[in-house]
Amino acid sequence: MQHFPCPFCGPRDETEFHFAVEAGHARPEPAAAVSDAAWSSYLYENASPKGSAREVWLHLTCGEYFIMTRDTVSREVTGSEALPGHAP
Amino acid sequence: MMQRYSALSLLKHGLSGHKGWKTAWAKARPKPAYDAVIVGGGGHGLATAYYLAKNHGLTRVAVLERGWIGGGNTGRNTTVCRSNYFYPESVALYDLALRLYEGLSRELNYNIMLSQRGMLIAAHTPAQMEICNRIANAMQLNGVDGKLMGAEEAAAHLPLANTGPDARYKLMGGIWQGRAGTARHDAVAWGYARAASALGVDIIENCEVTDIDVQGGAVAGIETSLGPIQTERLGIAAAGATPGLMAHVDVALPIHDYALQAFVSEPVKPCLDTVLLYLGTGTYVSQSDKGELVFGGGLDRVPTHGQRGNLPVQEAVTAGLLEMFPAFGQLKLLRQWAGVVDVVPDSSPLIGPAGPDGIFINCGWGTGGFKAIPAGGWLLAHLLAKGEHHDISRPFDLRRFAEGRLIDEAAGSGIAH
Ligand SMILES: Cc1cc2nc3c(=O)[nH]c(=O)nc-3n(C[C@H](O)[C@H](O)[C@H](O)COP(=O)(O)OP(=O)(O)OC[C@H]3O[C@@H](n4cnc5c(N)ncnc54)[C@H](O)[C@@H]3O)c2cc1C
Ligand SMILES: [Zn+2]
Repeated sequence: MQHFPCPFCGPRDETEFHFAVEAGHARPEPAAAVSDAAWSSYLYENASPKGSAREVWLHLTCGEYFIMTRDTVSREVTGSEALPGHAP
Repeated sequence: MMQRYSALSLLKHGLSGHKGWKTAWAKARPKPAYDAVIVGGGGHGLATAYYLAKNHGLTRVAVLERGWIGGGNTGRNTTVCRSNYFYPESVALYDLALRLYEGLSRELNYNIMLSQRGMLIAAHTPAQMEICNRIANAMQLNGVDGKLMGAEEAAAHLPLANTGPDARYKLMGGIWQGRAGTARHDAVAWGYARAASALGVDIIENCEVTDIDVQGGAVAGIETSLGPIQTERLGIAAAGATPGLMAHVDVALPIHDYALQAFVSEPVKPCLDTVLLYLGTGTYVSQSDKGELVFGGGLDRVPTHGQRGNLPVQEAVTAGLLEMFPAFGQLKLLRQWAGVVDVVPDSSPLIGPAGPDGIFINCGWGTGGFKAIPAGGWLLAHLLAKGEHHDISRPFDLRRFAEGRLIDEAAGSGIAH
């Protein structure tokens, strides 16, 4: 069992976490001006990086979203931080 | 000339100490230019090359594989073949594949060991039985064999299944497809490679594609670990590596890469002659010809490009198997491994043009593309040869995301594979 670090609760079992989305997907605005292509890109497209990745994860136990920096090949976690403006 | 395999040739070579067998496909070196190049020597890439030559007469074709052919997901999967999907678009696709599989050993002169032993997707509650009924109806409307199976018949097919009073998931029956079954994965890759090579296709192993050259909005060639190659038609069938390749031409795909695990027990005498998936546990299992139980389950929900599985999923899948067949608790695990699968939000593949002119992709098969190999190859070959969609591949174009026409099989047929 791997441990992931929650910025609020510390290291916990990987089964307590849920991957949400790659970090940096800004919602396009204003809605009325967003093209279908831009909207589907926001909803569906990912980089699926091999190596270093910045991702938004949910710690199911405490209910907080946060950003985890990981290596997608070795699975080593190199950083864990609260979302901007949500410091613990 | 391809050396044909037959009972007679087996006898002949047996009598001469098996010293006269030729290599099944030629080990080619890259030429400076091809009419079409296919990236990825998995089942889909190799089948594409074969159908390019066979159906379209294109033989100045190369398949480039960074490792060894069939070393990706094609050689790592649990070999379940079926076409019991929900939407007409999916059934057209997967049943084309199953029909081609049904004639493939003969066509390729290579025994792919297709064993249509039937598959049961088992339900455990009245509500699940209703959903199974709906899927069985959809299958019949789509013209493929599928039926609702009751509890008694299911138990008769599965004498060792857990039907005791303490069963957490009651075996109520479910959807049965008699034409479903298993095939030998390596043989599918090797059979297509051998037949494509015999038609003049270059199969090049240990050749990694590292960049894509684009000129005037169209593909002009690629860079590889064995040097540059010119081509104006590029087919990409690289499974979980496809997003990284398409990043070279600034195309992002709706794919997440996850590890999917499989497990094999020590071999035992025949005790399970169908494929079984439990909706309740998510575990599925079949018995190989050697007697091993081959089983798997859901994805490791941690995005990864490492071909390794995590422990929590191993525990969940194995616990699921023991719930289904308590007697299997006596068996030892022989092997466990994982492949990196390319998962799309609607659990349907991506087939069609992508990015600069001349590039066509065939990926996003996720946890269930072994069963689709003949169709994936057939359709990508059509795209490369004609530059436009086949009717069966058109709904699977990337455009479906912007157009909101998802083919949501995860919701439709309720199963991940
Ligand atoms: C554990 C497991 C169980 C599964 N069970 C089933 C099942 O029961 N039934 C089913 O239908 N499906 C199943 N699948 C899914 C199935 O295996 C895949 O969908 C299918 O094999 C995909 O075939 P492919 O040819 O697209 O990919 P692959 O076989 O992965 O081939 C892609 C190839 O591309 C090569 N490549 C990648 N990048 C490059 C590059 N830059 N240059 C050159 N070559 C490159 C790779 O080395 C690889 O060999 C399972 C998968 C796994 C992992
Ligand atoms: Zn927490």
